[in-house]
Amino acid sequence: MSRLNDARLETAHEIIGRFPRKKSALIPLLHLAQEQDGYVAQDAMVHIAELLDLAPAEVYGTASFYEMFKFHPVGKYCINICTNISCQLVGAWNLLHHAEERLGIKAGSTTDDGMFTIEDVECIAACTEAPALQVNYRYRYKVTPESFDQMVSDLEAGRLVGEVPLHGTLATVRQETTATWSNRGSEAQAKVDER
Amino acid sequence: MKAAEIQGRGGAGFPAGTKWGFLPADVHPRYLVINGDESEPGTYKDRLLMERDPHQLIEGIVIACYALNAAQAFLYVRGEMALAQERLAQALNDAYANNMVGKNICGSTFSVDITLTWGAGAYIVGEETALIESLEGERGMPRLKPPFFPAVKGLYMQPTIVNNVETLANVPYIVSSGGSEFKAIGAPTSTGMRMFAVSGHVKKPGVFEVPNGVTTFRMLFEAPEYCGGVRDGRNVKAFIPGGASAMWFFPEHLDMALDKPTVDKAGSMLGSGAIVVMDDTTDMVAACWRIVRFFARESCGKCTPCREGTTWLERVLKRILDGHGRPEDIDLLMEVSESISPGIAWPPRQTTICPLGPSAVSPIASAVRRFRHEFDHYIAHGRPIDGVESPFAVAAASHA
Repeated sequence: MSRLNDARLETAHEIIGRFPRKKSALIPLLHLAQEQDGYVAQDAMVHIAELLDLAPAEVYGTASFYEMFKFHPVGKYCINICTNISCQLVGAWNLLHHAEERLGIKAGSTTDDGMFTIEDVECIAACTEAPALQVNYRYRYKVTPESFDQMVSDLEAGRLVGEVPLHGTLATVRQETTATWSNRGSEAQAKVDER
Repeated sequence: MKAAEIQGRGGAGFPAGTKWGFLPADVHPRYLVINGDESEPGTYKDRLLMERDPHQLIEGIVIACYALNAAQAFLYVRGEMALAQERLAQALNDAYANNMVGKNICGSTFSVDITLTWGAGAYIVGEETALIESLEGERGMPRLKPPFFPAVKGLYMQPTIVNNVETLANVPYIVSSGGSEFKAIGAPTSTGMRMFAVSGHVKKPGVFEVPNGVTTFRMLFEAPEYCGGVRDGRNVKAFIPGGASAMWFFPEHLDMALDKPTVDKAGSMLGSGAIVVMDDTTDMVAACWRIVRFFARESCGKCTPCREGTTWLERVLKRILDGHGRPEDIDLLMEVSESISPGIAWPPRQTTICPLGPSAVSPIASAVRRFRHEFDHYIAHGRPIDGVESPFAVAAASHA
């Protein structure tokens, strides 16, 4: 879809300013693009390449390494069901199977109406609350088929709008610091920049 | 930190004070990087610390930077942990507003900046040199050590200390109470308090902070104030003492204390404090496959034995599970394992740059050596032995 909009461009410059080298801002900027469009659009990668003085191929080269970045539209809600060992031991595959039946799709795909994507993911660090899932990276613990169905109807009816933002949005609070005294201008930093 | 003798809480258990001492004198800029990329299967403690007590972590970072004479720290949080990112962002904003971080902290001559950043889904980035690559905007592929020891050639090729979240969260206590106070807690060989996540087949799974080195696995599993016993009154068949990368332990290890040298000597590790309990109904072939699939998916692809080997191992295990196993498959599993980790011993040797490849060998060595009959049964009959539950039973029945 699109290049970063003005508000996100401003955020992008703030993020870039917090690193001694521009390329370090690449992953956070890709997240900004995904937050804007729900996935990382090609135009956005070209835009990010311009901002960081990189070739678009370098941007894609990094982006494609990381599981969270999507390069095509996915569901409004991405439901990531953990099937790793702690979750497998207490029924994660039954839960995944139930989710596939309920939504009529296989893990790795999206419903026709573009509402839901299901993924079979690796450990999400909620092992003591297994089986666990994340919907747009918000946790649901000790999930049962019943609580899964409830969550799906709540999402469909828009009852979780405040709790679960659209796919692509991670933290809703950002670091605000802009003046980083040590980044640029310091004597030591100048030595690094010279190299 | 040296007096406290605190072992790093990230997985390797290297003494943190000694690590800090590796920074060469007078080379600037130097950086502190905080590893908040908690992803080892079974591990759940850094996320709790970041979500529920971000201020303690930030205090630890500031103190560490003071000790290391570093002017900038990078706090790298796992991409999937939206709430942790949010809480840390808020806490950092508050800390900056109150002059606890930033220029001339509390009116002193000491200044430090903390940059919050985050990943995008890659287990390998928990390895310190891969984390540095990621922080430089690259694919998270580990660097060869030597020459790339972070303390000498780390972030932007400058001296860098990479510490785990839990390690740094301990710093405020160590500095305010003194290293000897910290060392007085726990065992002399494993000091301080430590967090362990116990998951799997126990009645009350949970994250417990216990004196390090003295509590036994049995106490953790059975005591009412901890897990309250194995579910349904069953028995332990096996357990993972320190994350998916660790060799498995069995009932004869239950009375062992959670003490680093003791567990190391017994042929495994406490790793990242991730304990997974499997009761006597567990399908060991399926458990082994699931952990191996994790490493196959997460291999970064840099080293051939790991990239090709973990994928082979996963495919062979899957075909055994699917009922298409061949009698020679067990030997094949061991042969491929051998090519990733020669000798299949503990501590593992490796033909790879980082320990991810050998980690995939741990569940295979553990399961095949102890539960060989379960593999043989699958190969002969296409199903698990009697009394064991396949985790795919429900899905398989509905497809039949």
